[in-house]
Amino acid sequence: MFEGGSLIPYLTAGDPSVEKTLEFLLAVEEFAGLIELGIPFSDPMADGKTIQESHYRALRNGFKLEDTFRILREFRRHSSTPVILMTYYNPVFRTGVRKFLGEAKASGADGILVVDLPVSHAGEFLDIASEEGIKTVFLAAPNTPDERLREIDKASTGFVYLISLYGTTGARDRLPETAFEFVRRARKICNNKLAVGFGVSRREQVEELLRAGADGVVVGSALIELISRSENPVEELRKKVAELSGYSKAL
Amino acid sequence: MFFGRFGGQFVPETLIKPLRELEKAYKKFKDDPEFNETLEYYLRNWAGRPTPLYYAERLSKKLGGAKIYLKREDLLHGGAHKTNNGIGQALLAKFMGKERLIAETGAGQHGVATAMAGALLGMKVDVYMGAEDVERQKMNVFRMQLLGARVIPVESGSRTLKDAINEALRDWVATFEYSHYLIGSVVGPYPYPVIVRDFQSVIGREAREQILEAEGTLPDAVVACVGGGSNAMGIFYPFVNDKVRLIGVEAGGKGLETGLHAASLNAGELGVFHGMLSYFLQNEEGQITPTHSVSAGLDYPGVGPEHAYLKDSRRAEYVTVTDEEALRAFHELSRTEGILPALESAHAVAYAMKIAPEMDKDEIIIVNLSGRGDKDLDIVRGVGNV
Repeated sequence: MFEGGSLIPYLTAGDPSVEKTLEFLLAVEEFAGLIELGIPFSDPMADGKTIQESHYRALRNGFKLEDTFRILREFRRHSSTPVILMTYYNPVFRTGVRKFLGEAKASGADGILVVDLPVSHAGEFLDIASEEGIKTVFLAAPNTPDERLREIDKASTGFVYLISLYGTTGARDRLPETAFEFVRRARKICNNKLAVGFGVSRREQVEELLRAGADGVVVGSALIELISRSENPVEELRKKVAELSGYSKAL
Repeated sequence: MFFGRFGGQFVPETLIKPLRELEKAYKKFKDDPEFNETLEYYLRNWAGRPTPLYYAERLSKKLGGAKIYLKREDLLHGGAHKTNNGIGQALLAKFMGKERLIAETGAGQHGVATAMAGALLGMKVDVYMGAEDVERQKMNVFRMQLLGARVIPVESGSRTLKDAINEALRDWVATFEYSHYLIGSVVGPYPYPVIVRDFQSVIGREAREQILEAEGTLPDAVVACVGGGSNAMGIFYPFVNDKVRLIGVEAGGKGLETGLHAASLNAGELGVFHGMLSYFLQNEEGQITPTHSVSAGLDYPGVGPEHAYLKDSRRAEYVTVTDEEALRAFHELSRTEGILPALESAHAVAYAMKIAPEMDKDEIIIVNLSGRGDKDLDIVRGVGNV
C-alpha cells in the first residue's frame, strides 16, 4: 500500500474548510507514502487535544460526511498517492457499513481504519470491506499479546497501525523505549507493512522508528498544530512534511 | 459480552487488555468469600444498608389509586445509590492491586461516591466533570474536594457528562497499569455494564424481600429513572423473571418534540459510542448530539446496553417525563411526605404519580428513590415554584 521508509501525514477533513484540506493534501502528497484523512467526529476519545480541536473546528464549520468524499474525489484528479480514511465507528455504523465503504471506495479511498472497532467485533465489516475492495487497517497496541497481534495482522489487508504508546494522539518530545520494542516485536510477527503513530513530531523520531523496523511513520498532531497557528499554512506544511520525510535533508 | 445485539467492547486496541484483565478479576473476586464479606461489611456498617422500603401513605391516598412505596436509596451514605457501585468497584480495584481511581461524574453523586470509597480504602481519586456540571453542582464539587479527590473540569464539547467520560477514557488509556476507571453507570464497554448492574442489584434484592414482607406479594410495577440507567438496572434486575411491570423513566427535558431532552431509548437511534452498541441521541451522520435535562444526572446521550435489550425484548417499558413534571413531583413529594428527592428520582416519582390514580387501591408501585435532593436545591430555587 506504501513503500518502506514512508512518511504518513495525517490531516483532518474539513479543518478549517473543504477547500483548504484539498490544498493541504496537495501540499503533502509529494513527500507522503500514504495519507491518512481523518473524518471529524463529535467525540474523538482516542485523540488528544490537538486533533480533537481540529474535529470541532471542522464540525463547527458545517462539515458533512459527504465533504470527505468530495475532497477525495477532487484529490484523485491530481494525485495517486494512497489515502486511508481514519474514523470512529459510529458515522460508519449510522450510514450503513456497505454504503459507507462503497462511497469511500468510489471516491478514491484505498483503505479504512476505524479507531474504536477492534478486530474481535469486525466480522461483518471485514466481509463488506473485502467485497467492496477497500483495504482494512487495524490498530495494535504495545500491550496487545502476540496471539492477538497475529489476528490483527490477518484481518489487516492494508497495513497494521502500531500505537507507539499508552495514551492519546498528540506530539511528544520523547517516545518511550517500549515503542521501539513494540516495533521490533511486531516485525517478527506481522506479514503486513507496519506503520507507527501517536506522539511523533520530529525527523529524528521518524528515523529511529524506521530503524527499529517500521515501514511508515504517522505524524498528525504536529501538522494540525502548525496548520492552526500558521499565517501561511500550505507553505509551512509543505516545508514541515519535506523535513519529516527526510526529503529536505537529502537535498 | 452482548445483551442480545447490544453491548460489546468498541474501544481502541489499547483498552482491550485492561478490559480483559478487569473481566478476569471480576469473575474471580465476585465469588471470593473474602471480597464478598468485606463488601457486605462496608455496605452494612459504612454505607447503611439495607435502606428502608417506605410506604408513602399520604401521597398514595392523595392520588387515590395504587399504593406507592419508595425504596430509600436517598438514605444511603452519600445520599444516593451510587455508593453501592462506588464501594463495590473501589474494593475490586483494591483487590486487583490498583492504587488510583478515575471517575467521571454528571450530577456529582458518582464522583462523591468514588471519592468516599477512595478515602475509605486509601486510594487516590481523580474525578472528571463537565465544566457546565461543575457550575450546576457546586456543593458536590466541594464535597468531593473535602473527601480528598481532585475534580478536573472538562471544557471540551458540550462540557457535560459525555465529555467527562471521554476524558476519563483518555486518562485510563494512559494509566491503566495503576489506575482503575470506576465507571458510574451501566454503560461503557463490557464488562462494565455487568459489574455495575451486579453491584447495584442489591437495591432490587432488598426491595423484593421487603415488599414480600410488608405486603405478602410482589409489586405490580417498579419505576425508576434512566439516564445511563444504573439505579433502574439495580432495582429491575432481581424482578426480571417476575410478573412485574418494569418502567424506566427518561428525561423528556422540554419535550421530545423540542429536541431538548435526554431520552435516548425513546428518541435515540442505534449506534456505537463509549465502547458499546446501544441507543444514542445522534444526527443522521452519526455525530452525537447535545442533550438537555434539568437534572445533570440524566443528561447523557446514551443508555446502558441492557436497557436497550430490555426495551427491544419488550420486557421493560420506557417512558419520558418533562423537566416541569419532574419539578412538580419534587415539590409534591417534599410537601406530602417530607422527602426532598433528587431531580433524577423526581422523574420516577412524577411517572408513578401519573399511573397510580389509574390503578386499583390494592395494587402496588415501588419507586426507586435513587437519591436525595440536597444537591439540586440551587436548581430548584432557580426555577421557582411550578
